[in-house]
Amino acid sequence: MSNAQKKGRELTFSILKYNPSKKDSKPEFVEFKIEETAGMTLFIALNIIREKIDADLAFDFVCRAGICGSCGMVVNGKPLLACRTLTADYPDGKIQLMPMPAFELIRDLSVNTGKWMDAMSVRVESWIHINEVHDIAKLEEKVDPDVADETFELDRCIECGLCVSSCATALMRPDFVGPAGLNRIARFHVDPHDNRTDEDYYELIGDDNGIFGCMSLMACEDHCPKELPLQEKIAYLRRKMVSLK
Amino acid sequence: MKVVYCDALIIGGGLAGLRASVATQSEGLKTIVLSLVPVKRSHSAAAQGGMQASVGNAKMSQGDNEDIHFMDTVKGSDWGCDQKVARMFVNTAPKAIRELANWGVPWTRVRKGDHEAVIDTKKTTITEDDNAHGLITSRDFGGTKKWRTCYTADATGHTMLFGVANEALKHEVDIRDRQEVLSLIHKDKRCYGAIVRDLITGELSAYVAKGTCIATGGYGRLYKTTTNAVICEGTGQAAVLETGVATLGNMEAVQFHPTPIVPSGILLTEGCRGDGGVLRDIDGHRFMPDYEPEKKDLASRDVVSRRMMEHIRKGKGVSSPFGDHLWLDISILGREHVSKNLRDVQEISETFNGIDPADEGPAGWMPVRPAQHYSMGGIRTKETGESQQLSGLFSCGEAACWDMHGFNRLGGNSVSEAVVSGMIVGKYFTDYCLENEMTIDTKLVHEALEEQTRYIDEILSRAEGEDVFDIKKRMQEIMDEQVGIFRNGNDLQAAVDELQELLVKSRKVSVKSKIKSANPELEEAYRVPKMLKLSLCVAYGALLRTESRGAHYREDYLKRDDANWLNRTLTSWSNADATLPEVSYEEIDIMTMELPPAFRGYGAKGMIIENELSVKRQVEVDEIKEKMKDKDRFALQDSLMSYDLPLNYKDKNERYGVGYE
Ligand SMILES: Cc1cc2nc3c(=O)[nH]c(=O)nc-3n(C[C@H](O)[C@H](O)[C@H](O)COP(=O)(O)OP(=O)(O)OC[C@H]3O[C@@H](n4cnc5c(N)ncnc54)[C@H](O)[C@@H]3O)c2cc1C
Ligand code: SF4
Ligand code: FES
Repeated sequence: MSNAQKKGRELTFSILKYNPSKKDSKPEFVEFKIEETAGMTLFIALNIIREKIDADLAFDFVCRAGICGSCGMVVNGKPLLACRTLTADYPDGKIQLMPMPAFELIRDLSVNTGKWMDAMSVRVESWIHINEVHDIAKLEEKVDPDVADETFELDRCIECGLCVSSCATALMRPDFVGPAGLNRIARFHVDPHDNRTDEDYYELIGDDNGIFGCMSLMACEDHCPKELPLQEKIAYLRRKMVSLK
Repeated sequence: MKVVYCDALIIGGGLAGLRASVATQSEGLKTIVLSLVPVKRSHSAAAQGGMQASVGNAKMSQGDNEDIHFMDTVKGSDWGCDQKVARMFVNTAPKAIRELANWGVPWTRVRKGDHEAVIDTKKTTITEDDNAHGLITSRDFGGTKKWRTCYTADATGHTMLFGVANEALKHEVDIRDRQEVLSLIHKDKRCYGAIVRDLITGELSAYVAKGTCIATGGYGRLYKTTTNAVICEGTGQAAVLETGVATLGNMEAVQFHPTPIVPSGILLTEGCRGDGGVLRDIDGHRFMPDYEPEKKDLASRDVVSRRMMEHIRKGKGVSSPFGDHLWLDISILGREHVSKNLRDVQEISETFNGIDPADEGPAGWMPVRPAQHYSMGGIRTKETGESQQLSGLFSCGEAACWDMHGFNRLGGNSVSEAVVSGMIVGKYFTDYCLENEMTIDTKLVHEALEEQTRYIDEILSRAEGEDVFDIKKRMQEIMDEQVGIFRNGNDLQAAVDELQELLVKSRKVSVKSKIKSANPELEEAYRVPKMLKLSLCVAYGALLRTESRGAHYREDYLKRDDANWLNRTLTSWSNADATLPEVSYEEIDIMTMELPPAFRGYGAKGMIIENELSVKRQVEVDEIKEKMKDKDRFALQDSLMSYDLPLNYKDKNERYGVGYE
């Protein structure tokens, strides 16, 4: 950590700026130079740029700890969570930032992932379906610990959208439910609290905008910051759904 | 003029606001939830460690019940809490956790047979009952007698928030994100809704409702180093303060967490120590037992944070370019445990510090130092969650001072409060909206909207002025340095003086970009003056409170002073041009307490200035206990301090092995 006192190297950011709500705005790359500090993340770097150089630069961070899924952007061609990305990982000090594709652009690096994810959640009915409500003053229903763990694993999706922005189908087909949507189905499928049947799920995703839209390129899994087993789960769902076709 | 009407307006879409929205919407009220960010990104998502509820299923939690949870909570609060509210809370918490299970939160479950745990640095084998297999399990957290913290690995807040948000979607709650509340519409002691700015288009609108509930979370970003998300700026509390009528409670009660990682301030959960991890100093020595022989690394947060700073002051810290720190060692738990139960911690440490905490020995130790973490203070309410001054204005979650945490909240009690208060306050709020019709003068709405429009136009039109980023930075430094863990009169006075100067300056900021739509600097420009007002409430409240209680620690007044300070600080701001809040105090009545003031069981002994009523009430309590000794614990509790709860929340909670006893 001793390099904190030394003068840091110069970083050159090239950031795509564009405000679609302004008629005279055109997408253009703008260059910013700042000095690197020890342990610098893109969260820190972008805030310095905003405070010192361009007060007008738009981007989204909330937790700045890789937990909330707010800060997806395309860094040198790769969709990443910006808050978890260290500038030290770019040896030549050149960092290009673009907003994630597949989502509505709000401005500069800010995209409306929330809107997309809410629509997805409604579409796959991302909630527990039960007939009878369990009395909350009574002992809870037992769940096998392994099944609870398995549900948790799939529940770890933070709706960051990195998988969607790296998915060829999602880029071509705006109505595609996306890897995150398919993962969500897989999550409720293993959850013993949810009483939906395979047929119910088929109704939701048994078409080309659902499970059959996936071309198995699997860029999604490579980019998922939570390392969800998207490939395995999508393959599993596909086998289930094919058998119902 | 754009006006949106609804029955129930909920500001904030974290655990508290969303749970309240399910309460209102499911009773047929047209509900709107407003949030700065997509609700699933609310700060609740960041809670790692877990949620306290006395379910008592796992071996180390058996025997737990509401009474023990209540005692832990009151002691934790250093007797600053409202004991009735604490009772309402502990009785509802087990129901909350079971409701969340119904909503799909995949709580980690008890696994029958042997498992290893590290207790007091020693590997210990614990054998779980066959019959408890599959019930909700819990882990150890600071300041609790039993293992009471339920969890989903270390992503508890995330799974809880998704569970509640999904339930709100199911009920078709109208959720609108990237919306910011700027002010409240009110007249003659009644609240009618809020003025809201769309963070994409910049458009202002009025939201008019029968009832308004504020669930905007904490105000951690008044400080420079904080575990809180960047949106935790207290703008909800500020909107209430700026009504000039409603009060905030105990704003000086600010919690500092012992183990945020250095330098980013990102939190490493208390679960690290709960699961058996320990703090070490420059010599690798485990120092907490030297200070706290009984609770060691797991005394309450205020105590551990102070002990750490004390140890650093003794020269036992590790120096670094980012200041002195200590080490947190979880490598002793073994790689398997770390990667399964503390995975987010491992991920954070690897990503931000390049340290794999499962690596054995010093290589795996993580640099930690206490930093701001939680806001006990907030919008002061009655037990129902309604403001004491403005009818129709409710608050729940971290935003509120309801007040179950007093001067220190226990780990795991906060996500729990968020959901539980969403249930209880949500219900009282629902009743209010159902029972109260509303007629409102459109002129009033118009004026409220005009006022905010003018304010924003004024900022945009200022050709030159102060730099808002500089002011904010200085405010955060002052709060860290002079209103932090250790406080004293001189520093606090200096802080109050300089914060007032900053407030005056902040009224003259100008912004470079003059656009009305999404404009980050403009947003700072109207938020920072609000944040300064809150900072002044914190600093001034701390200056006036000449005692040490819970997280509020005065080096010049080391004792907890029950004779003079067993009260709640109330602040209001009736004159918009003033630079200081008005302060008054609300007594806490010892003679109605179920648990009269005493020693907490941790922290330094003999540090209390007694109130003579404490002994008097204790005698009364003992007499009642003697009289009731043939009755069960529920009857005893009722005769000590009766309280109410809505719906079936007062029902007894069933427990594994003991039924409803
Ligand atoms: C890192 C971290 C870890 C934690 N771990 C734990 C833990 O393990 N156990 C525990 O019990 N507690 C924990 N806590 C505390 C706990 O997470 C919070 O106290 C709790 O989640 C707060 O929930 P809430 O619903 O009150 O507020 P939040 O979740 O903060 O939600 C606030 C909402 O209000 C909205 N909002 C804010 N201002 C405005 C405005 N002006 N206009 C419109 N909307 C607005 C936001 O967009 C957001 O939706 C932790 C806290 C931190 C910082
Ligand atoms: S599946 Fe992974 S990449 Fe996709 S939204 Fe969820 S967390 Fe992000
Ligand atoms: S800001 Fe939360 S994931 Fe990056």
